[in-house]
Amino acid sequence: MTDAVPAAPEPLAVAPPDGSTALEGRSAADAVYRSLTTAFAVAIPVLLAFITFEVVAAAWPALRQFGFGFLTSSAWDPVRSQFGAAPMIFGTIVSSLLALILAAPLALGVAIFLSEFSPRWLRQPVSFLVDLLAAIPSVVYGLWGIFVLLPVLRETVMPFLANTLGLGRTPFFSGPAYGNSMLAAAVILAIMILPYISAVSREVLMAVPRSQREAALAMGATKWEMIRDAVIPYARSGILGGLILGLGRALGETMAVTMLIGNRHEISTSLFAPGYTLASVIANEFAEATNELHTSALMACGAVLLVVTLVVNAVARWLVWSVAREPKS
Amino acid sequence: MTARLQATTARRRSLGHRRALSGVMGALMWLAAILATLPLILLLFHLLREGASSIDLAFFTRLPKPVGEAGGGMAHAIVGTLILVGIAGAIGLPVGIGAGLYLAEQRGARLATSVRFLSDVLNGMPSIVMGIFAWHFLVRPVGHFSALAGGIALGAMMIPLVTRATEEMVRIVPTALREAALALGYPHWRTSVSIVLRTALPGIVTAALVAIARIAGETAPLLFTAFGNAWWSVRVDQPIAALPLQIYEYAKSPYDDWHRLAWAAALVLIGLVLIISLLARFVTRSRHGGVGD
Repeated sequence: MTDAVPAAPEPLAVAPPDGSTALEGRSAADAVYRSLTTAFAVAIPVLLAFITFEVVAAAWPALRQFGFGFLTSSAWDPVRSQFGAAPMIFGTIVSSLLALILAAPLALGVAIFLSEFSPRWLRQPVSFLVDLLAAIPSVVYGLWGIFVLLPVLRETVMPFLANTLGLGRTPFFSGPAYGNSMLAAAVILAIMILPYISAVSREVLMAVPRSQREAALAMGATKWEMIRDAVIPYARSGILGGLILGLGRALGETMAVTMLIGNRHEISTSLFAPGYTLASVIANEFAEATNELHTSALMACGAVLLVVTLVVNAVARWLVWSVAREPKS
Repeated sequence: MTARLQATTARRRSLGHRRALSGVMGALMWLAAILATLPLILLLFHLLREGASSIDLAFFTRLPKPVGEAGGGMAHAIVGTLILVGIAGAIGLPVGIGAGLYLAEQRGARLATSVRFLSDVLNGMPSIVMGIFAWHFLVRPVGHFSALAGGIALGAMMIPLVTRATEEMVRIVPTALREAALALGYPHWRTSVSIVLRTALPGIVTAALVAIARIAGETAPLLFTAFGNAWWSVRVDQPIAALPLQIYEYAKSPYDDWHRLAWAAALVLIGLVLIISLLARFVTRSRHGGVGD
């Protein structure tokens, strides 16, 4: 899309004011304009730093009291003022990774379909429909999840999983199928991160130079061999960036997960059992926090989540950028 | 690549086998495309089936009735969402457009590179964290929830979206246009505002609409800031209702009446988001009409 505009040379610098009065007013206005836009730009890092500082500062009392144990303890008892976030950290990681495992093949499949297989007329509608998934508010996914997804999981998918190939005897698919569960959260998360992964992957796949494909075909590769050996390797780090970006989205997703995961402070190996995530414990308990330490413990959950997502996003962006910046030789 | 291809041929699979594999993989990609569009179609289908019947004039003009009484609407939540989005836009748009202009004009500067990067990182920040930040910064010192705090939280979420989109749009304005204005003696700031920004305006309007559509459905940043309100309120220093908050509360409730209203509210919210998104596409498409006049 942006290819249409040739790489433009930097605009010529405005002639420096040479001391004449007419130009002095002009340079003053230019200086005002320059500092105004600079101030807005600087506002972004300042905002990010300020948010991090505020959240960590609010979390400090809990972090100081429980220290490292906050991350490893499973005790969450507001009455006795004991707080440990291990079940939430476990739930956040498991639900997000599971979502990534479910979404990745589908998202990459769509991306490859759109860049390599799709007829021209189908490209626009399919990418529009998939992109639109990103525009659906989280709370609407939650609503749909409660009334459509949960019954299907409870009555069809979970019994099927439990009764097939002896999966029910493994600790991962055992226990009663209530519906509200880690599995439900992972499925809704998978749908929610699908558009992010497929959009980034599509971009980088389409950026693979034509010569790369032609070279592979000229050497006698079939279409699939061309994709596997010439296209995907070229776009690899960009696709990886897209996957990590999707992971970042899943880690911080709040509403839909809160409505589906069952919200229980326990670590269970079974995907049928309810769980909890860092984001959903905040959504559930923050407004009803019983004391200062409870609030601070919830802030600490937010701080852990914030730090993890910042790192994950930074890595993802760096990966995607490294592809975008690579010279197309 | 060459080595990989040689390795493939070295395996000496028959051409038929390789072609079959290629065909199977192609079919799988088609399947993936069909499966990926399925959730959206199902979601829209259920929204229409469950929500459409509860939408009438009262839904837009009345307040909720107590449980058990038929009728009632969500006028307060619709107006609340509009007010919250208005506050968010008043903060997010100027800052985002200003920062986007800076990034596009100072392309190579070191500051621009780091701002661009951090803006993307900010964009990935969980919305619930924005919520507790706004609570700690704006609600706790004042002592009560307010529409203003909710709007500011949403506005902060808008900034990175508008910034990056504005940058993209300003970048594709031809340099020749800028140089022509400068050569005619326009000062730098007027060139940027009346030539560059004006040319990029349709694109920026699109970006603004997309950003608004994105934040209009946000719930998590509002939970502890705008908080929700069962009654009519348009005061910015008081708690205010919002469609997403209302959907959340009603979906969790045990009442069938409220579930129906939640579906209806979700349909209205999606309708709002879709209309704004379609409007955005329309503005982009008519881009070339607005430039020359």
